[in-house]
Amino acid sequence: MNAPTQSSIPIERQREVVAALRNVLPDACVLFNEEDTRPYECDGLSAYRQLPMVVVLPQTEEQVVAILKTCRDLKVPIVPRGAGTGLSGGAMPIADGVVLSTARFNRILKMDPYSRTAVVQPGVRNLAISDAAAQHGLYYAPDPSSQIACTIGGNVAENSGGVHCLKYGLTVHNVMRVRMVTIDGDIVELGGGALDAPGLDLLAVFIGSEGMLGVVTEVTVKLVPKPQQARVIMASFDSVVKGGDAVAEVIAAGIIPAGLEMMDKTSSRMVEPFVKAGYDTDAEAILLCESDGIPEEVEEEIARMSEVLKSSGATAIAVSQNEAERLKFWSGRKNAFPAAGRISPDYYCMDGTIPRKRLAEVLTRITEMESKYGLRCANVFHAGDGNLHPLILFDANKPGEFEQAEAFGADILALCVEVGGTITGEHGVGIEKINSMCVQFTPKELEAFFAVKRAFDTAFLLNPDKAIPTLNRCAENGKMRVTGGQTKFAHLPRF
Amino acid sequence: MEQALQQFRDRIASATVTKTPLRIRGGGSKDWYGQSLQGEVLDTRTHTGIVAYDPTELVITARCGTPLAEIEAVLAERNQMLAFEPPHFGPDSTIGGVVAAGLSGPRRQAVGAVRDFVLGATLMDGKGDLLRFGGRVMKNVAGYDVSRLLAGSLGVLGLITEVSLKVLPKPFHETTLRFAMRKTETIEQLNRWGGQPLPISASAWHGGLLIVRLSGAEAAVKAAVQKMGGEEVSNPATFWAGVRDQSNEFFAAGNGHDNLWRLSVPSTTPPLAIKGEHMFEWGGAQRWLRTDADAATIRSAAEQVGGHATLFRGGDKKANVFHPLAPAVAAIHRNLKNAFDPSGIFNPGRMYNEF
Repeated sequence: MNAPTQSSIPIERQREVVAALRNVLPDACVLFNEEDTRPYECDGLSAYRQLPMVVVLPQTEEQVVAILKTCRDLKVPIVPRGAGTGLSGGAMPIADGVVLSTARFNRILKMDPYSRTAVVQPGVRNLAISDAAAQHGLYYAPDPSSQIACTIGGNVAENSGGVHCLKYGLTVHNVMRVRMVTIDGDIVELGGGALDAPGLDLLAVFIGSEGMLGVVTEVTVKLVPKPQQARVIMASFDSVVKGGDAVAEVIAAGIIPAGLEMMDKTSSRMVEPFVKAGYDTDAEAILLCESDGIPEEVEEEIARMSEVLKSSGATAIAVSQNEAERLKFWSGRKNAFPAAGRISPDYYCMDGTIPRKRLAEVLTRITEMESKYGLRCANVFHAGDGNLHPLILFDANKPGEFEQAEAFGADILALCVEVGGTITGEHGVGIEKINSMCVQFTPKELEAFFAVKRAFDTAFLLNPDKAIPTLNRCAENGKMRVTGGQTKFAHLPRF
Repeated sequence: MEQALQQFRDRIASATVTKTPLRIRGGGSKDWYGQSLQGEVLDTRTHTGIVAYDPTELVITARCGTPLAEIEAVLAERNQMLAFEPPHFGPDSTIGGVVAAGLSGPRRQAVGAVRDFVLGATLMDGKGDLLRFGGRVMKNVAGYDVSRLLAGSLGVLGLITEVSLKVLPKPFHETTLRFAMRKTETIEQLNRWGGQPLPISASAWHGGLLIVRLSGAEAAVKAAVQKMGGEEVSNPATFWAGVRDQSNEFFAAGNGHDNLWRLSVPSTTPPLAIKGEHMFEWGGAQRWLRTDADAATIRSAAEQVGGHATLFRGGDKKANVFHPLAPAVAAIHRNLKNAFDPSGIFNPGRMYNEF
């Protein structure tokens, strides 16, 4: 993946595209020298790098329209990019393509406490919306762990979640309207200020489309009242099975916690020396179970959840007594990724979702894979919604370890599909999991996805070659579902 | 069940050959909804049954012809519900119809609409191929979210054969309050309340009375009652069923003279000055209007405030039931229709005349 450098693109082509873009943009908004484009060569999935031919930094919708028309006329592929925090390589450039960065397209256009909505440009950071809404007692609910840096445009592209999405929903549940530009240069409004729009729910299919259907120029988000209080229970279990069962019992008791997270022993031992959150490092599983609302409500819910956790076999229970303690309990979970970086030169974060009841089985099989690949794996789990983040620890400087980590990851994703889950819960497919898509979907389903793409992107130039694998790609990689002894790619030539 | 699917496939194949449209129909409880009914009935009720339900996973998967009543009964046994409160419009409503129609009830304002609860769907397309989108898990961003697109698609993209829906526990506690309030004040009050941490799960205003439902932990509901005032309503279940299923006096009083319009507008929109009888729901975001005013007046009023209007019941269905689409949006619709139903055999004209 690290292969082609800029030199592989004919200089005449680059000149042609730069000149055309400079016709419609200020010179300062068109980057093409290697020292300027280098920062855009990868996103959060830094193992995959590609220098783009050109980077553009539009500041207005008119400029976006002009860029798209120019690129369509010259048949230049476009990769939209927010803060570049994505973990699946969705913003990885294309060698002969343009990266469209929303970095300078970052104004909050309207903050309306009365209608509880904010209208923002795509480059506005997730947390900046909540910060601006705080004076009105409101906030934007989805809180991906990268929220300090990630942008709302990127959140729309990935349908980002967060630790509170079981109760408050994903991006798709909290975005009311998207204004975007199609590859044809048409400005399209999806959704609106009302709760629904006429016709097909195009907004639902646009959210999570990984920048492949249109370029977002404006987003209207829903704001919700900030809960007055939040408290979290930290519970220890002497087996992951019991921890998983406890999660099911909490749900069965009719409670939807504001947050419900689980960490295995490897994870808690990894983070505890680092953050000193007070985790029981002898426990096989630690559960964090949060309640929010008015104080009376929180008290009622905490009592109810504590009772359920005790009767489910928790070996220890602690309830945060103040905000500082709540943040301390959370600090370990929130720092799982940096902690992994502290104990291991590299780590690879996976993102499968599974039916919760299969958790123990999945964790057991991941343990078996650890021996198979000779790599360690720490597991953090959005237990409430079944979203598992195995962190595979490896050292890229050791020959072959990255490849081993990748194979380990692909095995985990195949396992997620096997137990009835999915290869990605919130990080997106991007370039990273594109081969695993062949495991989850049939050729006809993949064709349907391409048809959806063409319905929006008639020129097939928006972030092409991401998220949806071609059938040839699936065949070449040998990643295919085998059902009843018959391969689903029987009609394709074998290699 | 494979037999039922094969029959669907055969019907689709022969409809494609003979160019005879198919009219996908469950219990027929919403035959009146949308534009004209065209084609031969394709009855989905040969494909029934709950495929999977595990209360602790908060997901139910059912085949299209499964009666809504059956699903609700199974969920109620485990103290769970379809939180978007789909209207029944009669005892024969099926889950396929619920998803295809995309209509949500009173709780929509607090928890979301049908599309917010769709986790996965299987679609039989115009070639008779079964396509699975989404899944049976809460979080899933693999591939485009076509399953949510099917909510409210009125069958124009194909036959939904199976759906997986997120379910929620029933609230621990509910109280319904009544306030004497005028139209304008109601809109203002509902929006002010909306900005506060109050557990409001439904609201309905008609004829000078605002009725508000609170749902949640007992402590939260009690604290809200203290704060909001009002008078407790004695038979809340009957009241909310009347709103949800449109069987109350406001909806019943139309008796064929008036048309019923649904206006979906920003919740803060002041009461619209259109003649007729008005009812508000969803914190002011859904407005019902019984009127003989002409379509152009109503549509332009809705459009001016950033909303849209649907001719819900009655009236002349030949003149668009649904709000006209912007040209670029209509183009995407046409492309999607061609992608999933290239022969144009599924429910033609049910949503828009052009497809």
